[in-house]
This record gives sequence, structure tokens and C-alpha cells, in this order.
Amino acid sequence: MAEKIDINSTINGQARTLHAFPMERLLDVLREQLSLTGTKEGCGEGECGACSVLIDGQLVNSCLVPVAQVAGCSIKTIEGIAISDDQLHKVQQAFIECGGAQCGICTPGMVIAALSLLEKNSRPSEADIREGLAGNLCRCTGYMKIFESVVRAVRSV
Amino acid sequence: MRAYVPSYQLVSPPTLSEALEALSQNDGAWKPFAGGTDLMVLLEAGKLPQKNYVNLWNLKELRGIEVSDDTVTLGALTTYTEVQNHAVLQKEFPMLVQAAKETGGIAIQNRGTLGGNIVNASPAADSPPALLAYDAELELISKQGERRIPYSRFHNAYKQMDLRAGELLRAIRLPRRSDRFDYYRKVGTRKAQAISKVCFAGVIRIVDGKVAHIRIALGSVAPIPIRCEKTESSLHNQPLNSEAIKLGASTMSSEIVPIDDIRSTRDYRLRVSLNLLQDFLARASTS
Repeated sequence: MAEKIDINSTINGQARTLHAFPMERLLDVLREQLSLTGTKEGCGEGECGACSVLIDGQLVNSCLVPVAQVAGCSIKTIEGIAISDDQLHKVQQAFIECGGAQCGICTPGMVIAALSLLEKNSRPSEADIREGLAGNLCRCTGYMKIFESVVRAVRSV
Repeated sequence: MRAYVPSYQLVSPPTLSEALEALSQNDGAWKPFAGGTDLMVLLEAGKLPQKNYVNLWNLKELRGIEVSDDTVTLGALTTYTEVQNHAVLQKEFPMLVQAAKETGGIAIQNRGTLGGNIVNASPAADSPPALLAYDAELELISKQGERRIPYSRFHNAYKQMDLRAGELLRAIRLPRRSDRFDYYRKVGTRKAQAISKVCFAGVIRIVDGKVAHIRIALGSVAPIPIRCEKTESSLHNQPLNSEAIKLGASTMSSEIVPIDDIRSTRDYRLRVSLNLLQDFLARASTS
């Protein structure tokens, strides 16, 4: 049996010490220990992207990261994306304006993946957007509205 | 059913020598853990019998891509994203870059490692055919020391490889050459994020109308990623005419051993493999 370990990370800009079994999924620790339930579980096997978060600015599936691997890392979840309590990030705003969210399960992951794309490429083409979101599945199949949302976010820069 | 997570150990030694020490304990009771993109899927599915892991993720000694005059050396923890972003790899090893692009989505590419792809030893992995065709060599390291072996001698049987207890893949070495024609095709159910039905990598150099150098490697058509040495020999020193291509195809049809499984059928895989061989040779002859 493993012992719980302390893991020091920065989560949405705040220094946190997590206390967890080393092989616990980052996804579960975020949701259950920190109540950051915006990050969703879809497939649990790295296919659907619902659990997407940024680790040191890189897009990852938090269902595939054992929490021991985030010691010393900076993690950003959907809860840390808005500019302030009163102002959403332009990508979030665009999803609302374009109807980019239906049931909502894929939305946090889509927003995180879109953000990650825009950080690398501020003027993505339609093809770049499709490729950037290829690891995120929408069970409502509302892809066109999602792509439109990202296009709108690009235009609003 | 989900695994009982507290029963899994994941220790994080800060240096390579401490990791090798940990891996040498209790005769193979400890296994390496890199990006987690395969092992965490098994964990969640309750299909991970091995309980004790050594976390390699933070070991600088296993990271980085070094370029010398004649070799590119990729640390085993090189991610698919790092492969795609590297200028020398883009120019000289385009099949490896393409394999990295076609493996999983971006989140997987940021976390999945080349070393993990090799040692996980799936016959359907996408980077091994490219590495075989490029004559990759592996650098293995353990407490006892280092050794190098040709990658084409690494996989022995399904999920079995020339990796001793306590031994770690440190790096992948690729010999540099520019005068060759490369051909890489992954065939899956859909273009994005599919596991291969067939993956084909070919490298050829034609001198005075004859095949002077040829490498052909495939994924998903045998219990291991396979280099088709008999097919290569049948084409070596031949002009690329229709007779030679026919001979190559008939040699390959007895050299690969595709099976029926959840992703495809034996017949489909065989036909696609032969079509890809012919397409490779036809394009090479007009390149």
C-alpha cells in the first residue's frame, strides 16, 4: 500500500499543498479535494478531452496524469480562466454568444483547448481550429457552433 | 472496474542514478512510469496488475534532443509535441514528425513520450515503423552500465523485448542522411485520433535506376512492429519496374502476419499493406 504524499502545486494562481495517494488522477484530486468540479470526466481514457487542463501552459488530459507528477507545476483549470468575477475570458464569452455550449459536459475542455490553441496561434485558420480541438469530443455533436465560437473569439482579439 | 488507487506506488527519484537504483530493487518489482498516456488508461480500467512504479517524468537525463554531425539523439522522454517542433527532425526525419502528429490529440502529444511508445511495445504504435525505417538505435541503461542495440532487434514477440530487469531506455539515436525518399502512411478508421489498422513507413534511395538502399517497416500487421527485411532484400539492387514491384508484394504477403481483431480484419490489412507498398515504390520511382 502507498502512503499519501504532499504535493505542492500552484492551482489557478494560488499555491496549494495537495495530500493524496501518488497515483490518484489529477482529475479526481481537482474535483474531490479542491471542489474544482468544472473539470469533467468523460471517457476516462484520454479520448474525449472533457478533463482538459493546462499544466505549465500545456494542454493535458487530467484523467491521465497521476497527481505525483504535478509537484512543482502550475495548473490552470476552467475556474481560473475568467478575467475577474465580473468578466469572462473572451473565449468563454464567445461560447455564450454563439451557442457553443449545449449540455455543457465538453465545454470546459473545449474552452481550455481553444485557449491553448490561441496562445500558440493567435490567428488560427478554420483547419487549425478543427485540429486544435480534435482531441475534444462533443456528445451533443454541436461542433459547428463550437468552431464558430472560437472564430468569434479570434475576431474579438 | 476501477483500480484501487492506494495500492499503487509511484515514487519520484530526483536523479537518473536514483531511478536506476529503485528499478534494480526486488528483481523487477518496480517498473518505469513516463507520460502515463497508456498506463493510466489501464489503471482506470482496472487492468494494471503491476503495482510499483518509478516516476521518470522529471528526469532531465532522459529529456532533450541533441544533434551532432552524424546523429540525432532523442531522450526517451521526448514528447510527440517536441518531436513535431524540432527543426532538424522536420527536415530530415519527416516520417517521425508525421507519426507524432497522427498519434492522439494535442493533449496526448504533450504528454506521451517516444520512449514510452517503444517500451509499451504495442504492435499498433505509430512511431516504431518510422524508427525502424530510419535504422534507429536504442541506448539502454541500468545500474550495471550502458549498451546500445539496433531497434530492429529490440522487439522479440508480442509485448516482449530485449530489455533486462532494472534496465531503462535512455535515448533513441537516429543516423542522419538526407539523400532518400520517405513514405509514411497511417490508415485508421478516421483521420484524427484513430488507432492504426495499418501503419507503413518506407525509406528508399535509388542510384542509377536501381534500389541502393531500402527500408520497409509496418505497424499492426504482426505481433510486433515489424521491419520487412525479406521484402527489402527482394527489391535491393533491382530497377523499380512492375516485375520488381510484383515480387516485392508477393514477398511481403508472406512476411507480414496480420490478424482479425476489433480494429480491422486480416484481409483488409493485407490488401492495404500491399497497396501501400506499391504506392510507395511507384512514387519513389517517379520522385
